[in-house]
Amino acid sequence: MPREGKLDRPPDLPAALKEAAIAALVAFGLFVLLIGIRTDQGPTGALVFTTRFGALAAIVAAVFVATALRALFWRRIVLAFGSVAPIPIKRSAARLANYAAAAFLGFALLVPIVFYGNRYLLDLGILIVTYTMLGFGLNIVVGLAGLLDLGYVAFYAVGAYSYALIAQYFGLSFWICLPLAGLLAAFAGILLGFPVLRLRGDYLAIVTLGFGEIIRFVLLNWQSLTGGPNGIPGIPRPSFFGLPFNASEHGFAATFGLHYSPTHRIVFLYYVILTLALLTNWVTLRLRRLPIGRAWEALREDEVACRALGVNTTNTKLTAFAMGAMFGGFAGAFFATRQGFISPESFTFTESALVLAIVVLGGMGSQLGVAIAATVMLGGFELFREFHQYRMLVFGIAMVAIVIYRPRGLVATRAPSVSLGKPKDISAAAVGDARTETPA
Amino acid sequence: MTAPGQPLLALRGVKAYYGNVAALKGVDVEIREGEIVALIGANGAGKSTLMMTVFGAPRAREGEIRFAGRDITALPTHEIAKLRIAQSPEGRRIFPRMTVLENLQIGGTVSDAADLSADLDRVFTLFPRLRDRQHQRGGTLSGGEQQMLAIGRALMARPRLILLDEPSLGLAPLLVQQIFAAIRTLNEQDKLTVFLVEQNAHHALKLAHRGYVIVNGEISMQGSGRELLQRPEIRAAYLEGGVR
Ligand SMILES: Nc1ncnc2c1ncn2[C@@H]1O[C@H](COP(=O)(O)OP(=O)(O)OP(=O)(O)O)[C@@H](O)[C@H]1O
Ligand SMILES: [Mg+2]
Repeated sequence: MPREGKLDRPPDLPAALKEAAIAALVAFGLFVLLIGIRTDQGPTGALVFTTRFGALAAIVAAVFVATALRALFWRRIVLAFGSVAPIPIKRSAARLANYAAAAFLGFALLVPIVFYGNRYLLDLGILIVTYTMLGFGLNIVVGLAGLLDLGYVAFYAVGAYSYALIAQYFGLSFWICLPLAGLLAAFAGILLGFPVLRLRGDYLAIVTLGFGEIIRFVLLNWQSLTGGPNGIPGIPRPSFFGLPFNASEHGFAATFGLHYSPTHRIVFLYYVILTLALLTNWVTLRLRRLPIGRAWEALREDEVACRALGVNTTNTKLTAFAMGAMFGGFAGAFFATRQGFISPESFTFTESALVLAIVVLGGMGSQLGVAIAATVMLGGFELFREFHQYRMLVFGIAMVAIVIYRPRGLVATRAPSVSLGKPKDISAAAVGDARTETPA
Repeated sequence: MTAPGQPLLALRGVKAYYGNVAALKGVDVEIREGEIVALIGANGAGKSTLMMTVFGAPRAREGEIRFAGRDITALPTHEIAKLRIAQSPEGRRIFPRMTVLENLQIGGTVSDAADLSADLDRVFTLFPRLRDRQHQRGGTLSGGEQQMLAIGRALMARPRLILLDEPSLGLAPLLVQQIFAAIRTLNEQDKLTVFLVEQNAHHALKLAHRGYVIVNGEISMQGSGRELLQRPEIRAAYLEGGVR
């Protein structure tokens, strides 16, 4: 390793101190008003001015020490654990990803059994799996096809409203409405796709952002159909193949001779969304191996070369938008039936940003990464709920840390979509492992 | 098969522009079936533009491009590729994050899926290096391997005509010979028609049946490869100081 020479050199103390001093100065500038000075409402209602210079000094000192230590020892740590891991490590990493995926899936399947009595955790589980599914859907557009979509929430909304409206006006069941909602969302995806066919990168991002907002404004203002800001209440709950989850004689519990418990429905909802998410994952992995999936990835890499090789880039883009939108629509329909109430407030840009963050942090194109990112982010939100004033701060620090230390996402390996015969050499063996069915 | 006497590819009076700047100022080129035709010229003369114009990017604003008798001037790029014209473009443009195998499969987009393994075999026989590296990501290949991949990817389309833009760029002499030998094999054994852009005028003209010289967006000279090699003005402009 060429960098080994640096390891032998003693740590450069003056440089480290200088770096730490600069960092401390920046921290001081940032926090002097945020932490050092505070205004409270006094007894007479007037604002009272207090100072907290002790806390300020502590933070600045902490930044100074942390930066100095990092400057002195970080290189050693990185070299010791090898961001430049030799091949054997990488190889076991591919296998590890497979085991991790299997373990993750096993855990996801067991959640309702393990946490049966804990309604709060079950709800959190449903939330996480919903966002995982949204992440899978957006991953097709952003991770595979490389089309930056900032308005993904639009399709989530279209799916939710489609289900709510169809179920209310036509009295159709969830299982009939679900494909219809997906279809309508896919149609919305194509609708968005046409005008942006020629756009790339930042321009595409701006237009998709606008599209998300347009859909929200339509929902807000088309009062006669969508109820405007009041939303749609009383959306039918899903039934277990016709058996409602209630205490009646014909309910799910009575039919199976169980004591009625509201948890039954929660568990059922959990498995519904888990099935949908796994379906999305399975379809994505399948598609990646078909010509259309390969065309998506090639499109991400080089559009001009794609065309010259006979790939119809128009159709390729439109199918990517339609596919991603369809899964967003499924998730939206699920969201509507779970909540029983929807309003445009649930479909703001924040949702798009959250799903995009999940995809990017997960390592664009990696299914396991998306699932982990969704768990970490939503779980993290919940974990820090008590410290809600610091929640966004911790979230921001975590984002910055990931961008600096894992710039290609949590799971950065990309499993190849094809392989011929028996793996022959080391690289082939490493990737051969990753081509089994488990989400990688 | 084209009718006897009819060229496989014909450009007539083709003009192409980038914005309002003319890059091709009325170009006439003919390539007959089974030929190797070389196009040589200085940097910025319009060689790459000419190749890309065949694919409609940039599109010829005037003039006409015919392939096997069919007017393809206004055809969408991917439709042109479906007629089995393939290219290894300037800068190779392989897909860096996809494996060698996946790159080759994209190259086979216009071919029958049933022929895939036979086509792969053909490419791997021509470039055994690619077989060994089939699971490596394209972007991590060496320059020469990337060039092989770009040519191999084009061959996956079972082309009738292949356009090669500077296949020897940046390669060591031994590898250049390998690539040129491969081109000759493809032409002689598989009857593949080749249109070749090269800076390496000596090699290119020796290999080619015929050649064109392009200067400033216009064809300034044409003739058999041997004939062009002898011309003093060519020797002065493109060969002096080069290989003898
Ligand atoms: N995308 C583009 N936009 C604007 N001008 C371009 C573009 N591509 C090429 N040109 C211009 O068109 C002219 C011809 O370029 P071209 O790439 O065809 O040259 P070339 O003969 O292939 O040169 P080289 O041997 O350096 O590859 C040049 O003057 C170049 O600057
Ligand atoms: Mg060129």
